[in-house]
Amino acid sequence: MLHGAIRMLVPEKRGSRLIDLAIFGAVVALIYGVTAAALSWLKPVGEHVEISLAPRALPAYAGYSLLRLAVAYLLSLLFALVYGYVAAYHARAERIMIPLLDVLQSIPVLSFLPGVMLAMVALFPTRQLGVELGSIILIFTGQVWNLAFSFYASLKSIPRELREAATVYRFNRWQRLVELELPYAAIGLIWNSMMSVAGGWFFLMACEMFVLGGRDFRLPGLGAYLQTAADAGDTRAILWGLATMIGTIVLLDQLLWRPLIAWADKFKFEQVESATAPRSAVLDLLRSSRALAQLNRNVLRPVGERVDLFFARRAKARAASSKAERSAVARRVEDLFLALIIALILYGVWRAALTLSTLTAVEAKLLVRSAAATLSRVAAALAIGVLWTVPVGVWIGLRPRVARFAQPLAQIAASIPATALFPVVLLALIRWGGGINIGAVALMLLGTQWYILFNVIAGAVAIPNDLLEVATLFGFGRVERWRLLILPAIFPYLVTGLVTAAGGAWNASIVAEYFRFKGETLMTTGLGATISRATDEGNFDLLLVSTLTMILMVVLINRLVWRRLYKLAATKFKLEG
Amino acid sequence: MAEQVQGLVLRRANEMAPEAIIEARAVEKFYAQPDGRRIQVIAPTDLRIYPDQILALLGPSGSGKSTLLRMLTGLAPPSAGAIFWHGRPLDGQRPNVAVVFQSFALFPWLTVLENVEAPLLARGVSAIERRKRALRILDTVGLDGFETAYPKELSGGMKQRVGVARALVVEPEVLFMDEPFSALDVLTAENLRGELLELWFERKMPTRAIFIVTHNIEEAVLLADRVVVLGRNPARIRADIRIELAQPRNRKTEGFIALVDHIYKVLTQPDLKVEEMAPAAVPAKPRPVMLPHARPGGIAGLLEILLDRGGRDDLYHLADELAMEVDDLLPIVEAATLLEYVRVHEGDIEITPQGRAFAEADILERKRLFRQAALAHVPLLRQIESALRAKADRALPDDFFQDLLDEHFSEEEAQRQLATAIHWGRYAEIFDYDAQSGRLFLTES
Repeated sequence: MLHGAIRMLVPEKRGSRLIDLAIFGAVVALIYGVTAAALSWLKPVGEHVEISLAPRALPAYAGYSLLRLAVAYLLSLLFALVYGYVAAYHARAERIMIPLLDVLQSIPVLSFLPGVMLAMVALFPTRQLGVELGSIILIFTGQVWNLAFSFYASLKSIPRELREAATVYRFNRWQRLVELELPYAAIGLIWNSMMSVAGGWFFLMACEMFVLGGRDFRLPGLGAYLQTAADAGDTRAILWGLATMIGTIVLLDQLLWRPLIAWADKFKFEQVESATAPRSAVLDLLRSSRALAQLNRNVLRPVGERVDLFFARRAKARAASSKAERSAVARRVEDLFLALIIALILYGVWRAALTLSTLTAVEAKLLVRSAAATLSRVAAALAIGVLWTVPVGVWIGLRPRVARFAQPLAQIAASIPATALFPVVLLALIRWGGGINIGAVALMLLGTQWYILFNVIAGAVAIPNDLLEVATLFGFGRVERWRLLILPAIFPYLVTGLVTAAGGAWNASIVAEYFRFKGETLMTTGLGATISRATDEGNFDLLLVSTLTMILMVVLINRLVWRRLYKLAATKFKLEG
Repeated sequence: MAEQVQGLVLRRANEMAPEAIIEARAVEKFYAQPDGRRIQVIAPTDLRIYPDQILALLGPSGSGKSTLLRMLTGLAPPSAGAIFWHGRPLDGQRPNVAVVFQSFALFPWLTVLENVEAPLLARGVSAIERRKRALRILDTVGLDGFETAYPKELSGGMKQRVGVARALVVEPEVLFMDEPFSALDVLTAENLRGELLELWFERKMPTRAIFIVTHNIEEAVLLADRVVVLGRNPARIRADIRIELAQPRNRKTEGFIALVDHIYKVLTQPDLKVEEMAPAAVPAKPRPVMLPHARPGGIAGLLEILLDRGGRDDLYHLADELAMEVDDLLPIVEAATLLEYVRVHEGDIEITPQGRAFAEADILERKRLFRQAALAHVPLLRQIESALRAKADRALPDDFFQDLLDEHFSEEEAQRQLATAIHWGRYAEIFDYDAQSGRLFLTES
């Protein structure tokens, strides 16, 4: 009887109602979470936000942090799409925007902190919202640049004939965006989104709790929890916080990124179907939901059709009207905009020069020493990373069976933000007699070795089988095999991994060289430490100078080292099919 | 749909006084070097695309064929010179053309159906109409049942069919094809070429001209009415050859081989002046006007209906009211156009004074008028009449005319042409026909 009633309720697939229910529940929970957070954001600024170290406070903190990351990520995506689009389609703007991206990418997150925070707090002096927005924008500055570059690079690499098809068949901008550009860029955007959000976790501690010019800012969240726990030297709380963060990251991976990657497989630009498509059980469940199917059929599709037709008809009407006139106006606006940006940059350079002129010889010497110290730490971290990841990565990559289950494991390991582990690592180091100096290298290594490992595995997987067979046939010894085949074959991948890792290591120096632990501040000589200290003390001149030094170092090394290696990788060591 | 009807009828009408659809006047392409020098890719070139022609642009790889195609379609602006579209300069406007690409250029994330619908969406066509037109064209190119497949699930030949369907769905005036078969294996390419010709000759294709870029001499000679041979460094036209071989063409015939040899010579000896070479044995007879397969009674009926409606109506509307498919109405309209009884303009059909006279006449007068019009406008009937008159017994076997027609049409089409001609000739009392003996003969005077 009861059985029959349930059958009637679920006419098609069993379980599809359950999924609908789960989706409904998720939506309710989301709305509740956002509302609760919004209420707390609108609270007046309290003198002191107490961070509770009780484990039961953790779910709420995780929620707050997630919301911050989500808002920052959405802002980043929006900004990246606009930035990439403009850079790709306006040759004049491109000449400024792409080198600028290089520079922006090398500015450490903390250097944005004073400017962003002071502006936001000035904007909303009485509400928590100001600090919240400041924190979000800080996270944004750590996420946005690689997304923008990814979108730009995708737009630039759209095959010519696809572009021409869109032109010949009179696609308007909107249709070109949704049927050509976004699908083509989707996979790159998703992978970069994962990297961006991982970067968000990495700097969460720095973005949720900081001292600025003697004022203590803290926001309820996982990062602040971990930072407070480290400050108090509460090992139990650190472990609780770490577990929550890892749990949240794994959940996010399963519920968001895996389904997204599986879904985006259809955007892969390939002529022949590949044998193994990524799968996601969650995506399969969502696809079997009838509520979502109905929403799609009755709301999303009709609305999409309206929008598509609106743009198509507007474009048609526009094509009939005169074209030259509009472009003249557009060009003038463009000129004005460009002039404004150049003026802003010039003003900034002038102010920076003024500040630099006040630099004393002692300070300059200290800066040079700091830069050299950080450079050697970055180099050490990369060297150690290469030393262990190359043999391990090649070993994994040449064994498809191992690769199949080692890769997801490594991905989870990589997604744990090294900063969260840092207190644990520091505790261990101090016990064994190490200090922040070794700790800084360890943190850089923890944060960046994965990029190298993944790329080495990918490179080893891509070595063609026939080349390996040739090596076996000719009886290559171990040394010859590595020298003649494996190292040249993985070289381009290794360079890619190293470039990403180096960028990460420089950026990590600001949290690695300066750490508040057990009520005191541990620091060592380094550019990162200088930047952190300048922020803490509200010493803006020092902050500016040290940031400029870091930008200079990163951009210079990019030009002098990485770009050359890239060129070598793209020419001599390219394996062509 | 109305566009399609108009295109077909115009194609026929323009055969008498061809006016170029697209004209390139002294277009050239060069790249300015930083040191002030120029790299000339295409020398100043004149080229016209006429209606009712398949034009093949033939040249070695890297000769600038594709660049020329891109300038003609408006995809790339010429460095100098201008492109004219129906005599008007093409500046920044998008002409009604379609391109079939060598790499297919399908959107891999859209299904076959969505790929074909995309150009219609760009023109603001609503969802239901889009689906209808896309399904119809997919049916035409033989992709029935593959609507929901993604391109990567299809073979190369099927992918290019999607490319062709996407091109035809916009009813382009000129269909451009950029090495459309060179990414396919030999058999698939041959198969697709055959299908393309079939669509073209059976008028299932709503295009007035085809422009195909190829580096394959045989392909050019198989398909084209006209082959333009391009030379290299910089690209320039070296020869413009009319191909008058009957379709379907056979690679083994002498005429075919001679043409291929001739073009091969032109291509491989870049310093040779084409005029100095012995021209190949190219039969230079004009292609006869193709008779639409309509009965005189049908023509008279159409004219009477038109007269009832004040002498003018919308073609599509007319077919709809007569509960006829436009495809069925089309031969009648074409026949009436050929006889100059009606004029078709932008999907509207209008009766001419001659048509009015014919429709209002009685049966004997009608025959007299029809005879006049037929002899004036149908070369085949004129040809038959004079041939019969030249014979002492004023009679000839139908095989004689069949052989004449075989030169220009497929065997099947030649039979249909003759059957229609006999039908018209008997009605007009130009000649009579004895089906038993298979002989045509003059009746009186």
